[in-house]
Amino acid sequence: DSPAIEKTTTQRIEKILVANRGEIACRIMRTARRLGIRTVAVYSDADRDSLHVKSADEAVHIGPPLARLSYLNGSAIVEAAIRTGAQAIHPGYGFLSESANFAQLCNDKGLNFIGPPASAIRDMGDKSASKRIMGAAGVPLVPGYHGSEQDVDLMKLEADKIGYPILIKPTHGGGGKGMRTVQSHDEFVDSFLGAQREAAASFGINTILLEKYITQPRHIEVQIFGDKNGNILHLYERDCSVQRRHQKIIEEAPAPNVKDDFRSHLGQAAVSAAKAVGYYNAGTVEFIVDTVSGQFYFMEMNTRLQVEHPVTEMIVSQDLVEWQIRVANGEPLPINQSQVPFHGHAFEARIYAENVPKGFLPASGILHHYCPVPVSSTVRVETGVEQGDTVSMHYDPMIAKLVVWGENRASALVKLKDCLSNFQVAGVPTNITFLQKLANHQAFEDGDVETHFIDRHRDDLFVDLKNSVVVQEAYNTATLSASFVAACLCEIEHYALKESCHVGRGFHSIWYSHSPFRVHHHAMRTIELEWDNEFDSAGSKLLPFSITYQPDGSYLVKMADNASLGLEIKVTQLGNQDFRVEVDGVSTNVSLAVYSKDQITHIHTWHGSHHHHFKQKLGLDVSDDDETQHKTSFEISSHPPGTVVAPMAGLIVKVLVKDGAKVEEGQPILILEAMKMEHVVKAPSAGSVQGLQVTVGQQVSDGSVLFSMKDSM
Amino acid sequence: WTIANPNQIRLLQKCNFSSGVLPNNVDRNSEAFARNSMAMESLISQLQSHIQKVLAGGGEEAVKRNQSRNKLLPRERVDRLLDPGSSFLELSQLAGHELYEEPLPSGGIVTGIGPVHGRLCMFVANDPTVKGGTYYPITVKKHLRAQEIAAQCKLPCIYLVDSGGAFLPKQAEVFPDRDNFGRIFYNQAVMSAEGIPQIALVLGSCTAGGAYIPAMADESVMVKGNGTIFLAGPPLVKAATGEEVTAEDLGGATVHCKTSGVSDYFAQDELHGLALGRNIVKNLHMAGKESMAMGSQNNSLDYEEPLYDVKELRSIAPVDLKQSFDIRSVIARIVDGSEFDEFKKLYGTTLVTGFARIFGRPVGIIGNNGILFNESALKGAHFIELCTQRNIPLVFLQNITGFMVGSRSEANGIAKSGAKMVMAVSCAKVPKVTIIVGGSFGAGNYAMCGRAYSPDFMFLWPNAQISVMGGAQAAGVLSQIEKANKKKQGIQWTKEEEESFKTKVVEAYEKEGNAYYSTARLWDDGIIDPADTRKIIGLCISASMNRPPEPTKFGVFRM
Repeated sequence: DSPAIEKTTTQRIEKILVANRGEIACRIMRTARRLGIRTVAVYSDADRDSLHVKSADEAVHIGPPLARLSYLNGSAIVEAAIRTGAQAIHPGYGFLSESANFAQLCNDKGLNFIGPPASAIRDMGDKSASKRIMGAAGVPLVPGYHGSEQDVDLMKLEADKIGYPILIKPTHGGGGKGMRTVQSHDEFVDSFLGAQREAAASFGINTILLEKYITQPRHIEVQIFGDKNGNILHLYERDCSVQRRHQKIIEEAPAPNVKDDFRSHLGQAAVSAAKAVGYYNAGTVEFIVDTVSGQFYFMEMNTRLQVEHPVTEMIVSQDLVEWQIRVANGEPLPINQSQVPFHGHAFEARIYAENVPKGFLPASGILHHYCPVPVSSTVRVETGVEQGDTVSMHYDPMIAKLVVWGENRASALVKLKDCLSNFQVAGVPTNITFLQKLANHQAFEDGDVETHFIDRHRDDLFVDLKNSVVVQEAYNTATLSASFVAACLCEIEHYALKESCHVGRGFHSIWYSHSPFRVHHHAMRTIELEWDNEFDSAGSKLLPFSITYQPDGSYLVKMADNASLGLEIKVTQLGNQDFRVEVDGVSTNVSLAVYSKDQITHIHTWHGSHHHHFKQKLGLDVSDDDETQHKTSFEISSHPPGTVVAPMAGLIVKVLVKDGAKVEEGQPILILEAMKMEHVVKAPSAGSVQGLQVTVGQQVSDGSVLFSMKDSM
Repeated sequence: WTIANPNQIRLLQKCNFSSGVLPNNVDRNSEAFARNSMAMESLISQLQSHIQKVLAGGGEEAVKRNQSRNKLLPRERVDRLLDPGSSFLELSQLAGHELYEEPLPSGGIVTGIGPVHGRLCMFVANDPTVKGGTYYPITVKKHLRAQEIAAQCKLPCIYLVDSGGAFLPKQAEVFPDRDNFGRIFYNQAVMSAEGIPQIALVLGSCTAGGAYIPAMADESVMVKGNGTIFLAGPPLVKAATGEEVTAEDLGGATVHCKTSGVSDYFAQDELHGLALGRNIVKNLHMAGKESMAMGSQNNSLDYEEPLYDVKELRSIAPVDLKQSFDIRSVIARIVDGSEFDEFKKLYGTTLVTGFARIFGRPVGIIGNNGILFNESALKGAHFIELCTQRNIPLVFLQNITGFMVGSRSEANGIAKSGAKMVMAVSCAKVPKVTIIVGGSFGAGNYAMCGRAYSPDFMFLWPNAQISVMGGAQAAGVLSQIEKANKKKQGIQWTKEEEESFKTKVVEAYEKEGNAYYSTARLWDDGIIDPADTRKIIGLCISASMNRPPEPTKFGVFRM
């Protein structure tokens, strides 16, 4: 782009419209406010009351919940900026952040797009074009052969040049068809011919490409920054190898186990890449690193501020959003490469509303309890939600980013683990426990990360239901937690009652003494807790307790159905939901979150590094006395056998059979889409499909009934 | 000397400002203390073993059968009605103890007081595991006593009905008299008329006369399947009319909630029924009917525990009733901060009177420190008048062998003085709670608010003895009369014959004067652990203050 165009946007920014939502919108507004810049939020119907709207000076409604009609509606957003007099638009990440057209539209309307030039977005957006440009600029690419000459001997020569193992890939098609890895020279011909045949049969075209197969790849990316005067520098790298569903969940900066000269090579390569496309503003150059050979190769460039930018901010002590605004204002970069600080180590853990045992399916629901860890100079919590908010099915289910900094990797990791233990979310399933397991894994502690990390350590990270030792251990910690919960519930109840009595009739407070009085015996009660075992998709286990009120005010908590002695638990209430629990001379802090939903009381508890979720039926205080309508809470909460419910909230994208159709066990019935995921709902048994009422395009909520199976006799 | 105990510091501080703090006059290291403790310990462990038996209900098999019908035991039912984690003052747990040939744990019925939605209620729960919940004479008496307390304290009544009706073999003692079965329904009617809510939860059968309990109630709940109400059960119906009908169709919840209107709320199961019961209480809204006025402005919510360990009450009562002990050592362990402001301390010293607080509530305490003399009786009457004037509840701590006898006493008009105290006790309309901590003999029992003087509540320590006079004295009197009779008939009584006569009398008095003999027959509201005395008095006073204050009118005092 010629400098002439830039002149139109050199007016200083006084008001920014943030074309995004959630934590990133809040984060951008925070910096803007610090700089004295006013902010405008945009929101869809689903976000009317959300934090990013409240955080902005002004807010403009831009459309219905569907992102396509709101946050992806470029013209509505530009119009909102013009209406409110904003000079600039910050796109955040996701949505329109990497839309060259949108960047262009902003420029055309005289708005300052806080990001790279549209041309750079376009260049880097085309994956094969970007590789060509990078190759030309001398940035290392994964060695391979992409030529049209397909002679088997020539291909073998090319393969030898690249070095084994080799990945053989048809140029057309997908789904892994025809793709194979070749470990050695001797296997090449057979594999190549096989792949060719398969490609021809599947796609009708049998051209093949070769690429070096990287067995243990790491995902390392470099933060770069450029100004409009052509200065470009890098802010070191981040390691984002630990991923699930090709999405990062734990990132860190700098990358562990990396030598200084490797680091500077990486940085230089990234700067070269950015220079090749005339880049300015924030960008990230992603590399794949072969941990076996120590080589790194260009993968792609992200032309925006990344989700994980805070880990870089923590180690270089800079505010990248401030840099973005200054660059957009036409200012030069505040420091040069040699002045970039480099201090300590930072981690970011992404806390998602998701269903880990169900393959990390996105979850939605109300955040009945949300109590993130307290922030400090070394702990950041980037969040876009508050307690009581809904994690909507329409957008990314990320709840927060937890960012911690330490003098070195080991001390940062200690802090990360501690913060994860104390990060309290209840109401939607989250990946926090899973993140804890990741952070505690020996290989992770060693910095021995790679993109297959979760797969490679699957057995350690998920509870193996066949491993009775592990299952028993999980059960034991759950019963201990449940015992604490039982005792704390008694304590809460006692104080709630006493309080209400003092207000109403101080008169009778003696009847609510602690412990409750009985003539010649101790008061007893039962509490049944249903343990929601989040790693066991088979669901919950009922834990019945009998609690004896001891004269000294402690509780003797026993499992009702076994002869064990039980625990004598003393409870001191510290705050609304915080307790100190003493058993056998050892005391520990316990937090509780209690809320009711669908006739069920949900109780979450945190103590030490444990988090458990229990449910309690609201047995008493049933007010419904109609004989025909009355159902026990159990009947309300469960469905008759054979019922199939939506595994997550989402959109029906395909219905594969008709209502009443006879199907085999495991036959796909319909396809559900949520976020970037398609989920096939299959028949749980053979039989006929009954009550299939959903249609394509229909939005269903988590747990809603889709259809039921009737046995075919 | 050093002060180790924070209690001692508090004691010292208080002594500087208030003269009312009682000193500790119990020597914890004395031989008597150890002896008394041991004796009481064995009494309490004996009591515990009796209690454990009655808490188990009507035996393992009956309990299992009850469970198989998805029914809870009566105490479990009460627990689920009570505000969770609240206290329950159970009455007369040992009613029926060794009263009949067969055991009748707790008299087949559980009664007591506890809060529901913050409102104190009287619970009357049949125990279906004890003789099918049928009414023995003592069952009726216990039911009526619960109603009497409810009427006196204006407590809503919750009847947990699960009973086969009157125990037919003993119908003559159950059915016809004034204070028999019919009185239950009479009481329900009268209390309902007074605005004291009558609530019945039909959790099991409710046959014949029993059918009137829910029918007479203001509101009633029936549990599907388990609850039945009929005047005659299926066998009797078949015999009478030839009609064949199931119990559920004859008098089940559906019939009575949908068709007959005998019951008001339909419950799917027992837990649902109990939840409905709580809801009924929640909705009572007895606007203007409840009095918090009575002395409540004097109630302080912050109170201090006694300075001395309440558990030491187990070591005060002497093994030998003839030995006296200072009642102040009991008072010091039941009143707030052990503060007791004595009234007329130097006059009539065998009766101790004074003001104190129990759980923040002002009380007047009257306790025995020996035989009642003229002065003691006059002082007692005076103090009772004071308390009635000021609406202060009275606590009687009985340990009394009687009024002083002898010519000098008679000449001084001991009968007249005793009558004054009896008049005062009888007519005092303030709440009265009596605890027998030792002996309770003769007219002393009357003047100190024995059962006949309708204290709101009356409890015994396990060592208590109640009789018209001591066994030895009675044996002496009776043997003199017998000897005279024999002499008239010209029969010579040998020394041995006389001794064996006396022994029999003493044995009979000891048996009949025993706490268990009393509590089995409901001459009291229960035997308590001395260590629970403070707590129980507190609960009793709280319950008896549920009613509005009533002015006291005395009769003619003989001057």
